[in-house]
Parts: sequence; structure tokens; C-alpha cells
Amino acid sequence: MLTWLIEPLEFEFMRQAIAIGLSLGILGAVVGSYLILQQMGMMSEVIAHAVLPGISIAFFLEINIALGAFIAGVLSALVVMGIQKRSRIKVDAAMALTLSSFLAMGVILITTLKTDQINLNDILFGDILGVTIGDVWRTVIITIIILVLTKLFYKELEFYTFDPLGAKACGLPVNLLHFGLICAITLTIVASMQTVGVLLVMSLLVGPAITAYLLVKELFQMMFFGSIIGMISTVAGMYSSYYFDLPSGAAIVMVIFVFFLLALLFSPSQGLVTEPEFKSKIFNYLNRLIGK
Amino acid sequence: MLEVCNLSVNYRHTIAVENVSFVLQPGQVTGLFGSNGAGKSTIVKAILGLIPYSGGVAQWIGKPVTKQLNKVAYVPQRSQIDWDYPVTVERAVMMGRVATTGWFRNHSRKSKRLVRNALERVGMWQYRQRQIRELSGGQQQRVFLARAIAQEADLLLFDEPFNNVDQQTETIIFDIFAELKAQQKTLLVISHDLSETLNNYDQLLLINKRLIASGTKEEVLTNENINQAYQYFIEKAVS
Repeated sequence: MLTWLIEPLEFEFMRQAIAIGLSLGILGAVVGSYLILQQMGMMSEVIAHAVLPGISIAFFLEINIALGAFIAGVLSALVVMGIQKRSRIKVDAAMALTLSSFLAMGVILITTLKTDQINLNDILFGDILGVTIGDVWRTVIITIIILVLTKLFYKELEFYTFDPLGAKACGLPVNLLHFGLICAITLTIVASMQTVGVLLVMSLLVGPAITAYLLVKELFQMMFFGSIIGMISTVAGMYSSYYFDLPSGAAIVMVIFVFFLLALLFSPSQGLVTEPEFKSKIFNYLNRLIGK
Repeated sequence: MLEVCNLSVNYRHTIAVENVSFVLQPGQVTGLFGSNGAGKSTIVKAILGLIPYSGGVAQWIGKPVTKQLNKVAYVPQRSQIDWDYPVTVERAVMMGRVATTGWFRNHSRKSKRLVRNALERVGMWQYRQRQIRELSGGQQQRVFLARAIAQEADLLLFDEPFNNVDQQTETIIFDIFAELKAQQKTLLVISHDLSETLNNYDQLLLINKRLIASGTKEEVLTNENINQAYQYFIEKAVS
């Protein structure tokens, strides 16, 4: 058993992948908690796709790709909010339009700026086993910054995400808080792109957070247990990828999903199987079967 | 004293509230009445600056309300809140102390005492560790009432506090209104319950996009005023 656990760690790429996975497990759960409590789960997908034009332009101008991705991501979130606020259009439609438009802009820019050396496959699916030591440090630093900011602004963000109108009526700068959350979400997505890719980043943000959501009764507990679930999932995903030769990003996502299913079924307070009516439902069903 | 003068609100291309003026005195409970869609919530939100208004002013002792929100407590409609949010009763009430506490600080002992007193006052202290999702509608309303009390505000605005609450909660709310009144606080309460509970109000405002009438119960609740305020429903019932 021990050798089974230790063997993959002999490879530097596995050690780095595990370090980045642990870091992202925490980051995703903390930021994801805010994301789902604001009912913006799909926003992560919008931002994740909308980074493409930013990456293309950054590549063309030879500046940091992460910076370009960040700016484009934040911009897309502002576009969604703008459409939602200034018109009758509902948020899901605004998100669908923004996602596809930014993606299209990215495709056009890649062609016209001749930046097609960008490996789209890497951006879409990521490769956690190909991260460098620089990537690890960047992710760890982003995680630490987000954790410190969350601690500093915890009570204000809790109030704002629970009761935005009440928070505004108390004079809290709600637009600033919202913008801060958007930046944190985008930063998380940019940091996770390399590991699980833009298609799967939503899972890291949403999965551990909603799993914890089914188990706890306070926000900080949601972040704490979400982080643990996130960390276990990324590591378990990488081990299964190592031993069973699975695509690593997809393996991580599937582990997260299994955790969610377990919580959905067996949560002590909200589980489908643990609810008092479940036994009587099964009992009735068996009775009917026998009756027939 | 809250002075609202010629308040008008437009929602994109429709008029929601037109030229509404009224004055609220300290030590008085004012009821804001009207049919659904008459603009009651809109008026309260405009006073607080939660939505932009196209004209008029709302002043608290001579200065804009929006410049002194620390003196105001607002209790939103229950339907505006996500009651599945992972927060306990005690922490939800503690949110009333967030703005006063200020950035980068932990809640003081005084805040904790105020929260406890408020929760005891509304009979919810023994539920402090419950998640808000596990409460009944009346209990949820009392949690928000406790939050408003803990804020120690001078002006309190309640949006439909009596919607779907039990008798016990209704009694508690009116008792607390009486206490706040005795402390010379100013209260504005949105309701549409035109029953015997009207005796709990010192002043009534009847709204249907504009102010139809204001004053005592006898002055406001004339047949003509009620017809004007609930016109749409009467026309609809006839046709």
C-alpha cells in the first residue's frame, strides 16, 4: 500500500502536479463557495471560455498570457452583468450570448493575429502532469492571496452574498465587493486552466463547494470541508490517472462527482437516503412488490 | 424626522412612483398601504438608494438618507432572501453589526451582547445555532427583526413583515414596534392587511403610484380613497 502511494512521488512531474492539485483544491472550494451562493455557477464557464481572445492578444503582444486571460475574463463577467442590469434579459441568456461571442472573438483573433501556435488542446483540456515549478509557485501564491483576502473581508462578503440589498442598505460598497468576487473567480480560473483546462475548471469551482454545502450549516465550514474534498479529489484523480492511464483532468472531475453523489445520497441532514421518508418509501415499494 | 419630498421612480419606460411626499415623526409607526404593484417596496428602496430615483429627495434630519445609512435599518421582504444560505441564526443577526464594526475588525463584545439581547427579545435565542433553512416563516421574520434591533438604528423600514407569519410572530412584531416607538424611533411598515391590526399605526399612507391619502385611520380609509387605491382590482372584478 505504502509503496503504491509513494511510487508516483518519485517523479518530479507527479510531485509538482500534486502540489498544484492541493493548492487548486483549496482555491476552487473557497472561491467556488461564493460562486454558487450567488447562483453564478455557470459564470465560471463563461469566464473560462472568454479568456481566449485575451490569450490570443497577449500572445501577439508578447506579454504574459495569464494577464491577457485575466483581463478578458473579467471583461466578460462585466458584459454579462451589464446586459442583465440594463435590460429585461435574464442572466442565463446573457451568459450564453457572452460565452459564444467571446469564444468567437478568440477564434477570429487566433486566425487574424496568426497566433495559432497557441495549443488550443492544452487550453481546453489542460495537462496537470505537464506543469512547471513556476506554475506551482504561481498557483500557491494566488491561493495564499485569495485566502488572506477572504479572511480580511469575510464578514462583509458573507453579508453581501447572503442579503445584497440589506448589505447595500447598510452602506457597504456592494459593487466593489461584487467586482472583487469576479476578479477572484477569474484569477482562480486562470490559475486552474493549465491543470484541468477551461472545459473542466467549472468542476473544481462548483463540485467541492456544493458537496460541502450539503453537509454543513455555515459558510466557513463550507469552505473548509470543500477544500478538503477538493484536495482529496485532485490527488485521487492524479493517482488514478497514473495507475490506470486515464486523462488526468477528467479523472479529477469524476472523483469530484463521486464525492458529490455520496453527499447527495448520504448527507446526515439533507441526504436522499438519510431522510426519514426514505425508509417508508422503500418499505411501501417492497410491500407493493410482494403484494403483486 | 424623515422627509420624503416629490419622490418619483421610473422603471425603464414606465412610471412606478410619482411625486410622493410625506413626513415621518420620531415615536410614530407609519403604515404604508396599497395594492400589489402600487409601488410600496419601490418607495422604501428609493429612500435607501437601493434603486435610482428620477426625482425628489429623501432626507433624515435635513441630510440625504443615503449619506447616513448607519442610522437606518432595513428589513427586506422574506422572498428576497435565499433561505438555503449556509448561515446560523446568530450569525445572520450579527450581520446587522457588520457596517458599524467596520473593515478588518472582529465583532466587539458589545455587538455580541446586542445580538443576544435582540434574539432573546424575539424569542429566538434558543435557536441561535440553527441554520436559517430549518426555521418556519414566522421565525425567519423574527430573525430579521432581531437583526434590525441589533443595528440600533433610529429609522427602521420594514417590507411586508407580516406576510405569511403566524399569530405569535405577529404579536411579537407589534410588541416590538411599540417598544421602538417608546424609544422615539421612526418606523415605516409596508403592509396590505387592512384589518383590526390597523390600530397599531399612528399614521397611514395609502399609495397607488402616487399618494392617495395620509393621516389617521379615519381620515385615510374612506370609501373614495380605497376605491382609488384598489381601483385596478375593482375594475378587474367588475369586468
